[in-house]
Amino acid sequence: MSEVTSHSTEAKVAPSSTDEFIKGLWRENPVFVQVLGMCPVLAVSNTAENALAMGLATAFVLLMSNILVSSLQNFIPKQVRIASYILIIATFVTITDYTIQAISVELHKSLGAFISLIVVNCLILSRAEAFASKNTVGKSIMDALGMGGGFVFALFCLGAVREVMGNGTFFGLSLFPEGFQSWIVMILPAGGFFTLAAWLLIFNLLQQKKSKQ
Amino acid sequence: MNSESFWSIFINASLVNNFVLAYFLGICPFLGVSGKMETASKMGGAVTFVMLISSICAYGIHVFLVAINAPFLQLISYIVVIASTVQLVEMFIKKMSPSLFRALGIFLPLITTNCAILGLALFQTNKGYSFLQSIVYALGAGAGFTLALILIAGFREQLEFAEVPKVTKGTVLTLMIAGILSLAFMGFSGLAT
Repeated sequence: MSEVTSHSTEAKVAPSSTDEFIKGLWRENPVFVQVLGMCPVLAVSNTAENALAMGLATAFVLLMSNILVSSLQNFIPKQVRIASYILIIATFVTITDYTIQAISVELHKSLGAFISLIVVNCLILSRAEAFASKNTVGKSIMDALGMGGGFVFALFCLGAVREVMGNGTFFGLSLFPEGFQSWIVMILPAGGFFTLAAWLLIFNLLQQKKSKQ
Repeated sequence: MNSESFWSIFINASLVNNFVLAYFLGICPFLGVSGKMETASKMGGAVTFVMLISSICAYGIHVFLVAINAPFLQLISYIVVIASTVQLVEMFIKKMSPSLFRALGIFLPLITTNCAILGLALFQTNKGYSFLQSIVYALGAGAGFTLALILIAGFREQLEFAEVPKVTKGTVLTLMIAGILSLAFMGFSGLAT
């Protein structure tokens, strides 16, 4: 959790709202740099479509809860703030859950309990606590958009790799000629761990190169 | 009503569908506090306890919510119960063992946002387990979580002084080990249907 605290001090320095937006996408990417909200990242990233849907649902809840938390920051007593944040988040997750069910029952089935589990995504709670509760509504919106975008991007990276290698398809479209032997392991839980490890490795390498320069 | 035997529920929850290695629930504490064997086992204990209490409460709440016909309140009431159980455990540990309290640090209050616990409550409702089945399910899930945490902690203690490339240190290495462990746990499939 050290990343979270170090980030909150940094947030005070960051000046413009475009900066708040950019940082979530790349420099402080919630998945690749801060390693937050891992459970849904690994669990539903077995196809690109699932990953994208999950990412968008999470980003929506993040945006709404950031808006509400930042506009209510003067009304929520300090002692019960975490409980209040969780209640706010749970409300929006319930809305999202029913909305997805209304749009596509099939998608709702394949995401399963993980939509409800957005409530306990550490990413959302940590943004509420570390950013939205201390900043203006406008900045919080930019922060949520950036972080949400970064989360969608990361989930998509994982989902695309796992689907292409594990299934030989991309968004359901077949990519390889018929003789292609897919790597079943990539769709299985173990593949999730390996893919994420590989992406983190790439990010670490990039950062190491940058710091050397 | 589900008619699975207690034994099969337990094996299923702890080994075959291990919460950490097959369902990816509770990854945050899994990566965070799995550095030392002792902390890992105590964290496992705390999580198992919270699981047990919240599973019992979740069963009661589910019966009540079905009775008043308000299923949309499910998520909110579950999370409130879990948060208050965690608060209770936190106060208990702070009083009984301040050193453990410090060792677990921020991860103790974060049990609230441990998806394994909310996941357990949701799964047991979806599967339609009876009261006793729910308790066995909670115990199995807790045992599985503790087992995974201790296994990883053992590996990480051994690897502390190993010479690995600098870029793989930390999370990357832990994730790779977790992947291999997850492969190993696949060997349990078929143990219980």
